[in-house]
Amino acid sequence: MSLLEVRDLHVRFGQTAAVRGADIVVERGETHCIVGESGCGKSVTSLAVMGLLAKGAERRAARMAFDGIDLLPMNERALSRLRGDRIAMIFQEPMTSLNPAYTVGSQMAEVRTRHKGGTRRAALDRAEELLGRVGITAPGLRLGQFPHQLSGGLRQRVMIAMALMNDPELLIADEPTTALDVTIQAQILRLLAQLQAELGLGLMLITHDLGVVARVATRVSVMYAGQVVETATTAELFANPRHPYTRGLLDCLPVPGKLPPGSQLGTIPGMVPKLTEGFRGCGFRSRCAYAQPACEADIPLYGTTHLSRCVLSA
Amino acid sequence: MLALLVSLTVLTLAFTLTRLSGDLAISIAGPAATQEDVEMVRRAYGLDRPLLQQFFSWVGRAAVGDFGESFFFRARVSDLILERMPVTLTLGLVGLCIALVVSIPMGILAAVRENTWVDRLVQLVAMLGQAMPGFWLGLIMMIFFGLQLGWLPVSGTGSWEHYVMPGMVLAFSAIPALTRLTRSGMIQALGSDYIRTARAKGLSRFSILFKHALRNAALPVVSIASVQLGFMLGGSIVIESVFALHGVGFLAWESITKNDFPVVQAVVLVLACIYIALTLAADMLNALLDPRLRG
Repeated sequence: MSLLEVRDLHVRFGQTAAVRGADIVVERGETHCIVGESGCGKSVTSLAVMGLLAKGAERRAARMAFDGIDLLPMNERALSRLRGDRIAMIFQEPMTSLNPAYTVGSQMAEVRTRHKGGTRRAALDRAEELLGRVGITAPGLRLGQFPHQLSGGLRQRVMIAMALMNDPELLIADEPTTALDVTIQAQILRLLAQLQAELGLGLMLITHDLGVVARVATRVSVMYAGQVVETATTAELFANPRHPYTRGLLDCLPVPGKLPPGSQLGTIPGMVPKLTEGFRGCGFRSRCAYAQPACEADIPLYGTTHLSRCVLSA
Repeated sequence: MLALLVSLTVLTLAFTLTRLSGDLAISIAGPAATQEDVEMVRRAYGLDRPLLQQFFSWVGRAAVGDFGESFFFRARVSDLILERMPVTLTLGLVGLCIALVVSIPMGILAAVRENTWVDRLVQLVAMLGQAMPGFWLGLIMMIFFGLQLGWLPVSGTGSWEHYVMPGMVLAFSAIPALTRLTRSGMIQALGSDYIRTARAKGLSRFSILFKHALRNAALPVVSIASVQLGFMLGGSIVIESVFALHGVGFLAWESITKNDFPVVQAVVLVLACIYIALTLAADMLNALLDPRLRG
């Protein structure tokens, strides 16, 4: 049984379809990266799994299960027993994701006592241990500090430590390094990869950085215009990309030694389509050199281990 | 420092405004007085001295709590005010408590049910409160609760029941602003990233609403509540005369009609100082609530 299984997820905000066919399977102990450009629906997919979509969002899916537990019929109360306990999440905005009115220690301790009970003292001890573990110096001192006294990198470390308070089985990280300095980005990624390996976490990492994917991912799902267009193991995807969008994306990636100095990087011509009511078929067809009439119908994911949502893969 | 400057400004205003209201000596001497009587009064009360000299001698004495003597009550102004202060303070606090108890839950409810009929109903009630004049509401309540139902006493200060109706009337004027501030503060807080984090942590709805959201939404409410309490203390002039509560407001009203300017000046000054103290207290309370405001 997979740790997380999402089949044919759809999310719409009024007239706009944000996600229109996301299939994601995360196995225990693997790092599954979801890549795609801004607005492709990767963040919305992760929020949909957590049940954290904004008011007014409409969600439906063929299946959405965590460790075999069906998440679809769950109400807020039932979901809240899983969230923060067995599934944890960290966000893109470390500067605003912590409550400014409470100390780091208080915010970390409450998630432990909420799900596991025990004394506040014990929870604070665990918080201190985890702050040390995510590489924060003087963790005892940090417990008593408020978020505004910490830098962005430190706050994201606090968020990571807080997510680990109850030993979750699945950690969803939504572009956890986007808002940070480049040097801090590398540190945070290294930390996440290291924790994932040590704790055997299932990590669902959302990013738009293919360099990150190459370094940490076990498996990759590429999203475009609200759909997962390709899924494969990292090595397979980089060596043998099937979907024209994935190929275009990899051509844009600067690889030392691949191109002679002074030559231009690849680009993908055209624009992302507007996903209004009634848009069907492949979202990439208007930019694709291989487009054909069949691309205007709904296309399933072809393949068994290396999946591709393209008529060429049929 | 700022508080001191504001007090000085108020001091000056209180002094000059009372002088602008006409020749005090004439009104003290009364309509039947001759020119000689008026001159005598003017000398007796020191009104013949240069204005600046009058001002500084008043300020000097006011600084040590001596506001002089009332022209009509034949008593020390400070005693008059001290004697009536408890009534006004009780009334103001009762009004504020009722206002907070009503408006905070209403504001939270409206925020949680944003853009539903519950929200609109709350806003409607708040608007009605804004539009209703206090003295009129006071009279209506007197007729209904006091005379027809006979539940509450209509006037006086004998027991706690005497404060219920005027307290409610005062509260009514503060409820609209406090409700709307609570509502907008809660809507903003509930849409914030840290509330999304709190939900991702699986915290209970109670903890999300009251621990995480309300604490941040409370800051503007605290600031405005202190201002409202100031308004209530000053604005109780109307309510105290409607309900015949012998507080500072009633005293102010009496002295204004009789041109008893030492009392008027002193009341204005004391209320202004309380106002300043309240604002200071609100700032300190906010610093307790929000660590970012601590120096």
